[in-house]
Amino acid sequence: MTAPLPWRHAIVVGASSGLGAAVARQLAAGGCRVALVARRAGELAALARDIGAATGDPARALAFPHDVTHGDEVPALFQRICHELGGLDLLVYAAGVMPRVGADEYDLAKDRSIVEVNVVGAMAWCNPAAERFARAGSGTLVGISSVAGDRGRRGNPAYTASKAALDTYLEAVRNRVARLGVRVVTVKPGPVDTPMTKGMDRLPLLVSAEAAATELLAGAARGRRVVYVPAKWRPIMFVIRHIPSFVFRHLDI
Amino acid sequence: MLPADRLERVWSWGGATSAMSWVYRPTTIGGLHEVLALARAEGRTIGLRGAGQSYGDAATNAENLCLDTSRMNRILEWDPASGRIRVEPGVTIGQLWRYTIEDGWWPPVVSGTMFTSLGGAAAMNIHGKNNWKVGTIGEHVEAFELLLPSGEIVRCSREERSDLFHAAIGGFGMLGCFTSLTLRLKRIHSGLLEVEPIPIRSLGEMFDVVEERMDAADYLVGWVDTFGRGRGLGRGLVHHATYLRDGEDPMAAQTLRVASQELPPTLMGVVPKSLMWLAMRPFTNDPGVRLVNATKYGLSALEGRRRYRQSHVGFAFLLDYVPDWKRSYGGGGLIQYQTFLPAATARDVYREILERSHRAGLTPYLGVFKRHRMDPFLMTHAVDGYSLALDFKVTARNRRRLWEHAADLTRVVLDAGGRFYFAKDSTLTASQLETYLAEERVQRFLALKRRLDPEGLLVTDLYRRIFRGPDAMDKEARDGRISP
Repeated sequence: MTAPLPWRHAIVVGASSGLGAAVARQLAAGGCRVALVARRAGELAALARDIGAATGDPARALAFPHDVTHGDEVPALFQRICHELGGLDLLVYAAGVMPRVGADEYDLAKDRSIVEVNVVGAMAWCNPAAERFARAGSGTLVGISSVAGDRGRRGNPAYTASKAALDTYLEAVRNRVARLGVRVVTVKPGPVDTPMTKGMDRLPLLVSAEAAATELLAGAARGRRVVYVPAKWRPIMFVIRHIPSFVFRHLDI
Repeated sequence: MLPADRLERVWSWGGATSAMSWVYRPTTIGGLHEVLALARAEGRTIGLRGAGQSYGDAATNAENLCLDTSRMNRILEWDPASGRIRVEPGVTIGQLWRYTIEDGWWPPVVSGTMFTSLGGAAAMNIHGKNNWKVGTIGEHVEAFELLLPSGEIVRCSREERSDLFHAAIGGFGMLGCFTSLTLRLKRIHSGLLEVEPIPIRSLGEMFDVVEERMDAADYLVGWVDTFGRGRGLGRGLVHHATYLRDGEDPMAAQTLRVASQELPPTLMGVVPKSLMWLAMRPFTNDPGVRLVNATKYGLSALEGRRRYRQSHVGFAFLLDYVPDWKRSYGGGGLIQYQTFLPAATARDVYREILERSHRAGLTPYLGVFKRHRMDPFLMTHAVDGYSLALDFKVTARNRRRLWEHAADLTRVVLDAGGRFYFAKDSTLTASQLETYLAEERVQRFLALKRRLDPEGLLVTDLYRRIFRGPDAMDKEARDGRISP
């Protein structure tokens, strides 16, 4: 990483694997104290130990097991984490699910679980962070969305809708708090080589979680509103977003 | 859960650091008890804050409670015959002199700004431009009442709980919260002081003049042109002031009026001073300050030692002359690096400090020189010697270098038997201060703190930085001080 990271205390939600874990490692390596939040306590503790060993500072990463679908636990946990970290200037919401959905499958239970994690969980964590950052007059809020949110794609209606909802929610929060000095960053990765995409074929511009984390943190540090990862997705999605719906309907993308 | 609407960003006065805290501003002792109870219930610590005039982090307490006493600001008793006054801790020096001056009484010790609170002033044991003559403010406190972390309120004076009296004054808010303070004021016979400006050509002359004026003067303060180099190193201006004796001011009843003391709101009758910091902004950089300082020095040398009379307020509260002047330093704020050195080593060390600052390319923008004496308080910063206070501009670019530079100067100062002052400090660390922390009197203070505050309820960012090391927060978490 070229420029040093501007943050000192961070929360990464969805830190146990994939992009969240890579972001947490890089933040810690950059000198940030990181609170790791995820459902799986075992993975989380292992990651905290790993980061402790890698940085030589056992208190660099603190593990907080939590299921993002339990939104009512968040306010107290958020307050506790800020206390134990000794501050907060960055929250990264990296939790997300993308269950496989068959071409003719309409399963409300599955769809609801997607919305619970990708949208409601994001709101549960971003709300208190936005409120705190607004009071602080500074802070960076990063939501990991997806290029999938740019169009309603036939493959996974609930997933694309959840990412579109997250995009709009983050844009609205940004419009609320930007004038108070708070940065809200929407990250739109294409396919990233993580457990989420494991076993999937046809993954264009696939990047490693490490490369994606580096790129998204650099974008957030520069104060970009929307960061495509990798950046090539920006022109591609610009084109795709402008394909008329009656044409898009006939395309298998 | 702590209420979100109490969460605020609390700034150090210099604006170089800040902290997020849940801020409570009670007006009664009942309110203080509620904050103690809240801290216990939530597993948080309490940082005491007066008017927030400490330059560094002495009155911030990140991610915990901040107990701001500035609204406990009633004057409780006043005896214009004896000059004895009993005040709540949030009463400011400005409030105090406005209340008493028309009866012919002035605070015996004042800071360079009148916005300081008396609770904060006692906790820091502040000094003024008359320190060598009358000591610190603590020496003019007769008694106080202190709310201990246990909830008990104790009265302390030189006779009653003398140990605690001498520890809580200068105890930087670590032992308890003042709920009232009784002070003896200074009788004055005029609203004016007799002031003589003395141009100073070098650092050596600064020492010589101050030394030779110590008997005659009531106040002595040196301004140092920090950009002076070579033979002009330490050049500047000393102000020598004396009180007027009874009868020397034919207009005493008028000059003692509050209205004739107040600082004018405009410069030369036209320019509103509230906007002056903006006009100063283009000059608050190396070439700008060099130019302004050289001009000030040049003019003072031209004018020579022409004596004049000046109001107490005009002389004492130089820092209030331009409202919000610190804003001219820009977003990074400023820190003050003030050191206290014994008379024997001060000359060499101050030369060294100025030269090292020039070499490092980190020249302070303001230098203030004063004479001091010892005082009887446990955590005193006093020496029989001198202090030099240096204001450094902080920017995102120089910040790291500036802290390294301060660490470099600190080694020189400590080797020469120097001391530091918590109301000003921003840069000291526990590892730099190992010898100081091992001193018997510091250990005695910390033992007293453990006895009066066994839960470690009273904490500030400065206390954490100096007395508990950088990882105090982690230790705090491991020790279970933080609630699950």
